[in-house]
Amino acid sequence: MTDATARHVPDRLSGRTVRILASWEALLLAVAIAIFVVNTFASPYFLNAWNLSDATFNFTEKAMIAFAMALLIISGEIDLSVAAIIALASTAMGYALQFDVGTVGLVFIGLAVGLACGGFNAVFVTVLGLPSIVVTIGTMSLFRGLSYIILGDGAFNGYPPSFSWFGQGYVFWVITVELVIFAALAVIYGLLLHATTFGRAVYAVGNNPTAALFSGIRVARVKFTLFLLTGLMSGVAAICLTSRLGSTRPSIASGMELEIVTMVVLGGVNILGGSGSIPGVVIAAFVMGLVTFGLGLLNVPGIVMSIFIGGLLIGVIALPRLWAMARGR
Amino acid sequence: MTRLLLTREALLAAALVLVTIAVATRFPGFVAPDNLARVFNDTSPLIILALGQAIVILTRCIDLSVAANLALTGMVVAMLNTAYPDLPIVVTLAVATGLGAVMGAFNGILVWKLSIPPIVVTLGTMTIYRGIVFLISDGAWVNAHEMSARFTGFPRAEILGLPVLSWIAILCVAVLAIVMARTPLGRSVFAVGGNPHAAVYAGIDVGRTQFLAFVISGALAGLTGYLWVARYAVAYVDIAGGFELEVVAACVIGGISIAGGIGSVTGALLGALFLGVVKNALPVVGISPFWQLAISGAAILIAVALNSRAGRARGRIILRREDTP
Repeated sequence: MTDATARHVPDRLSGRTVRILASWEALLLAVAIAIFVVNTFASPYFLNAWNLSDATFNFTEKAMIAFAMALLIISGEIDLSVAAIIALASTAMGYALQFDVGTVGLVFIGLAVGLACGGFNAVFVTVLGLPSIVVTIGTMSLFRGLSYIILGDGAFNGYPPSFSWFGQGYVFWVITVELVIFAALAVIYGLLLHATTFGRAVYAVGNNPTAALFSGIRVARVKFTLFLLTGLMSGVAAICLTSRLGSTRPSIASGMELEIVTMVVLGGVNILGGSGSIPGVVIAAFVMGLVTFGLGLLNVPGIVMSIFIGGLLIGVIALPRLWAMARGR
Repeated sequence: MTRLLLTREALLAAALVLVTIAVATRFPGFVAPDNLARVFNDTSPLIILALGQAIVILTRCIDLSVAANLALTGMVVAMLNTAYPDLPIVVTLAVATGLGAVMGAFNGILVWKLSIPPIVVTLGTMTIYRGIVFLISDGAWVNAHEMSARFTGFPRAEILGLPVLSWIAILCVAVLAIVMARTPLGRSVFAVGGNPHAAVYAGIDVGRTQFLAFVISGALAGLTGYLWVARYAVAYVDIAGGFELEVVAACVIGGISIAGGIGSVTGALLGALFLGVVKNALPVVGISPFWQLAISGAAILIAVALNSRAGRARGRIILRREDTP
């Protein structure tokens, strides 16, 4: 958004950029390992398979959305309504529950509502040409507002036992269903971004929409698809979260959108679009999960952890720039 | 151009009056002067914050840390009051505004000197400031009985029938209207937002202007922090949680373009008032307050759709960056 950062549009062909990108992920990985080691020494309960398995819930649902959000941010847009989509999708599932809809039906409704909300955002951004940050601040209020209208201060619960498989089930030993979904989505989005023409188009659109358009890329269609994907992922996250909590309140997942954006930016995605990678986001997800879990074991309250996450967000961007400034003198 | 701006704000003012009249046809009590004054007073914190946010958005930035800034300043002055109950109000006001300005300056420095995108900076400082509230308070509340009568009485004291809180909002609107229209700073804010490259060639320091915008926004958030805590007579970690988005919403409804450079102090005022009137009218007409969120969401979408059409007529590019030649 600032003028000076706009000049940092990376040239993907230069070796230097590749090196910086590589070092970013390497830096994050080092941070992740350091946190892991420190936690291991700080608490005797850290290195326990079941505890670690529980800790993955700190990031799996957020990371599912973060993958799609990463693509969206690389393309130069943003979606702040994701947490509200979770609320609306969860409310819709809870509402359907009142009519004895089965697990399959609930999943279908969750995904459909997510997709519909994503499409709603997409129409405003791509068809009407409005800035996505404003549109999604609006739909964020709208979607969560609809949940409040339906639920008020009440709650839906009594989800069928088979539905709880998504958020509480284990595939094998300590490997949760959510962790498997997370890993599968990481691979899918990694391939989508880094190994398909669609992925190349996402980078092109983010770097220079006009040039992308003149290169024959359907910019609006790419963005439309990305909003749909983000909505769909919010639907998936809504299913997992609702299944894990076993109930729906309109305040479900509130504030999660900012944690997801933090995760994406921490993963090295340029908030102005044009660069970033899925492996970076995966490592960032682990970093945030490990920090939350490790500090939790040390009885550090959640809000103090958020100071750490906030500092990390600014620090990882500020330190390389400070270093470059110091070296330039 | 002036005519266009006038039309947009006139449109919003008309919408505001229409909503008020619609409510008044069924509940005449709503437009009674003392009730309107109450609505205005209730909206005053939102107005003050929206003014600061408007200036930041005009320079193509965004400040998501205002609510956390408000909570931290509010907690600091509340604890200060508990420790020194006899502190003059002037000192409290100065501490609140000063501390808020420092927090705004921290955002501004990161944006100016390190060129970190404002949304990232303020997303980070939002969680940091909010976390510091917890650290200094240990999660405890500062309740009404711990605050001195002078501390809580100030924003509620009435002058000429209006509480001081309302007068401060009016004062802020007046001062900023003059600053934006009549001072070099105000003009450079519009220049920076309208076209940063042209602003550089006109001899305007873009980064410094954005920095000053953050300082103003921070100072106003700090001031609101004291007023908020004193008015509700309670300070805790989560006060004004999520309020930053309501503030941005007020600006967007008020016709401040998120792409920078377009908007006015009057717009921010009207946007905040619109949200305030809707919020206060809902319980009166018997609609569940749970509708409020969805209504303000719809209002944002309608406002931004209308505003972008007005903006497009002038051939503006609704892109965040200017790197396309």
